[in-house]
This record gives sequence, structure tokens and C-alpha cells, in this order.
Amino acid sequence: MNDNIIQVRDLKKHYGNGKIKALDGIDVDIRRGEVVVVIGPSGSGKSTFLRSLNLMETPTQGVILVDGVDINGKRVNVNLHRQKMGMVFQHFNLFPHMTILKNMIKAPMTLKKMPKAEAEAKALELLRRVGLEERAYDYPSQLSGGQKQRVAIVRALCMDPDVMLFDEPTSALDPEMVGEVLDVMRDLARGGMTMVVVTHEMGFAKEVGTRILFMDGGTILEQNTPAEFFANPQTDRAKEFLSKVL
Amino acid sequence: MNLSILSLLAASSLGERLSEAWNGMQAWIAAEWQDFCQTFHVNFIASNRWLSLLKGLGITLQITFFALLLGLAIGLVVASIRSSYDKNQEAMAKRGGFGWGVMKLLNGLCKLYLTVFRGTPVVVQLMIFYFVIFASSRNGTLIAIIAFGVNSGAYVAEIFRSGIASVDAGQFEAGRSLGFSYLQTMLYIIIPQAFKTILPTLCNEFIVLLKETSVAGYVGVMDLTKAGDIIRGRTFSAFMPLIAVALIYLVMVVILTWLVGKLERRLKKSER
Repeated sequence: MNDNIIQVRDLKKHYGNGKIKALDGIDVDIRRGEVVVVIGPSGSGKSTFLRSLNLMETPTQGVILVDGVDINGKRVNVNLHRQKMGMVFQHFNLFPHMTILKNMIKAPMTLKKMPKAEAEAKALELLRRVGLEERAYDYPSQLSGGQKQRVAIVRALCMDPDVMLFDEPTSALDPEMVGEVLDVMRDLARGGMTMVVVTHEMGFAKEVGTRILFMDGGTILEQNTPAEFFANPQTDRAKEFLSKVL
Repeated sequence: MNLSILSLLAASSLGERLSEAWNGMQAWIAAEWQDFCQTFHVNFIASNRWLSLLKGLGITLQITFFALLLGLAIGLVVASIRSSYDKNQEAMAKRGGFGWGVMKLLNGLCKLYLTVFRGTPVVVQLMIFYFVIFASSRNGTLIAIIAFGVNSGAYVAEIFRSGIASVDAGQFEAGRSLGFSYLQTMLYIIIPQAFKTILPTLCNEFIVLLKETSVAGYVGVMDLTKAGDIIRGRTFSAFMPLIAVALIYLVMVVILTWLVGKLERRLKKSER
């Protein structure tokens, strides 16, 4: 088995009969334990790329191999594939009609046939790790944005995913709540989780990322280590982007 | 004439005049009351006419209840087909093949069904069911159940579909991203939230259905309205039987509304 958990080859996503090219040929390998941070201007295809990895978007063309298996193959069970790819959304998307605990244990109990007691113990342990153990029996509407996003992260972790995908996880948060979410993500990265993060938090990208992908116009214009990328951007587009956000 | 004016003038005091008026009123009330009792007796007690109202109510409730179940079942199926067609259009069109063809056909059939049954009056549908489609059967109640059920299904389907569409798309994505199948996501995540939203509209549809069954008399079904109308024909008094029928409908609707309101409050509580 090779070390690359995700291999993407010539990934394209077109809308409106090819008029709009959200992704226009992406090639990238992601190794186990890497924290890949995807940055770029809005409309550059970052989210579309991330969402293609767990088939929330159906690619127009190209191959995505996860553990060497083409996830677009006809034989592949998309639902089983998604169980291995946890996803965190910009708008949290907790289930409002379930308690925090139920939000977390529903998927493992239903999909992995985990006994209730075991699922609850696991969920409570994860909640304790993000400091929300005492909120287990509250409903999502009773939580702040930062708390909701921390729950969303541990909800995904309850399925024991191999990869975690983050789609602008702090963009919808009040500034004072960004830190608590990034802390959780930092801990997760230290624990060796493979992560793909779309974000505008350059500080996080610099500190936690092992590699930066800079996207524009549906392609990866530049990829490098954070230190190299932020110190010496190669393309004009990246330089211009960094001059605006830093 | 002159005499009465004279006698009025002759009345010596105000008190006397008042007591006279009071006596007149009492007599009037007594006469009216007696009249009321008699009409009441003729319309409801005599020949056990109340029994036919009660039987009519039973048939109305029977038609409403089973038509409701049929409507909900049809609505659920049609809404599922229409919603999943809308949601999976892109992915399925890409895969193509047999499944996509079937889906397209089913969606087309559902659209046709909605157009026909929402586009024609329910009385006409009822009569077509009774006199044309099931012309060989004389079981009016059963045919009424089918007609009202199929009709209500069209409205319920659109209510369900709007409820499903009202749930934030992120909820659906979150469900799918955890690994739930389309059906599981619908069942555990979307429908419980949609149900809460559509409850008042659905309740409205039930009320409409209950009252709509009053045209069942067109195909000879002895429902509540028909029973009242028959009494009117026998006793030649319209007021009493028709008001009684109206009151019975009203009471049923009020009870239904109260029950749904209670359910709504309970569902809301789980969120706060």
C-alpha cells in the first residue's frame, strides 16, 4: 500500500455544458497525516475541490483514488466511502431536532451498528476533549457558534474517519470564537489526522499546515510548504493574493 | 285602535306598563320555546331522525379517516419521487441507464397526476369515479374514500415536497457526509424537520378534506350533510337540521385544530 491516501488526477468540474469551469484539471497527492491547507480567492474552486473528495460534487472528468480505489467507479459504495471522510461545514449543519449527544451517536449507531452505550461513551469522551461534556443533552440552538462548530468536528470524529475535510470552518464565526475552533483543529492535526482545510486563516495555515495549495481559476497555481509559500510566493497571482490578505 | 291608545293612557303608572311589557315578553318567549321544542322534536326525535344524523356523521368520519390515510400514503410516495428526482437529477443523469429512465417516467407520471387532480373539481372527480371508473360497483362509501383520498394525495404531495424543500440544503449534505444513504438522510434528518414545518398546512388540508366529504351525497352516500338534507326534505324545516349539521362540522374542526395545536407545541418544545 502506498503512502498517498488521496490521489487526484486531472479532476474537472464544469457547469452549464462546460461554460463555467469550477475545476479545470487538478492533480495532487495527499499523504497520510498531512495537513493540506487550500487557499485562494473566492470562486477559485477551493470548496468545489474539497467537496469532490467525498463526492458531494460529482466530477465532470478525472479520477480520485482513495486508498488506491477510484471512488467514482460504478462498484464503489459512496456511502461507505463517505464514512471514512469526515466533513465540517462553514455553517456547522448540526441537526436541530436532536440533542448534541444524539447528533453524535446517530451515525455510528445506525451505520456501524455500534451499541448505544459504547457510542455514548465515545461521544462523551470526545465532547470532554473539546470541553463541551456538560452540553451533551442540550440542543444545538442553545450553543454559541464556536461551540456548534466544535460539536460538528467531534460529530464527524465519531465515525473514526481516515481523513477530515474542513470547508471554511471559521468563516461564519464571530472573531472571538475562531480561536476555540482552531485549537480543536490544531489538536487534531497533532494527533496525526490527515486533514484538508479550506480556510482564510493564514495564521493557522502557516502554523499547522504541512503544505499549502494555492488555487485560482479552478487550477492549483502553486504548492509548497507554508514557510516557503508565505516567504517566497512564485506566481504573481499568489503574490497579489498574499499582499491583500496578510 | 282608539281604544288601545285610551287604555294605554289610562294605565296609571310606569310600573304597570313595565310589568305588562314583561308579561308580553314572557308569553312570547314561552311560545317561541314551545315552537322550538316542537320543531326540535320533529327534526331530531321523531322517527329517530337523530340516528340518521349520527349514522351520517359516522360515514363522514369513516370517509375522512380512510381518505386521509390514502392521501398521506399517495402524497408520501409522490413527494418522494418528485423530491428525489429534483435532488439527484445531476448525478443520475450522469450515470444514465435504466434507473434514470424509470425515474424520469415516474416523475412525469407524478406531474400528470398532480395536474389532473388539482386542476379539476373534486365533485366532478367523485362522480367520474362513481359513474365511470367504478360504474359496476355501488359501494358509494368505498368509492368516496378512493376519490377523496386520491384527490387529497395531490395536495398532500405538494405540501410534503414544500416541507422537504424548506429544510436547509446543509442538513442534507451533513447527513450524506456522515455516510447516511439518501433514504436514511430523508428519514432521520430531513423528514422530522420538514414535518414540523408543514404541520399547520397539513392540518389545514385535513380540515378541508373533512368538509369536502360533504359532497359525497352526489353519489348517494348518506354522509352527515346528506342526512341533514334528507331531514330537511321530510320535515320542510331547513333551519334546524342544517344548523345542526354545521355545528357538528364545526365541533369536529375545532377539536382537530386543538389536537394539532397541542402536537405543534410539543414538537416545538424539543428544540428549545
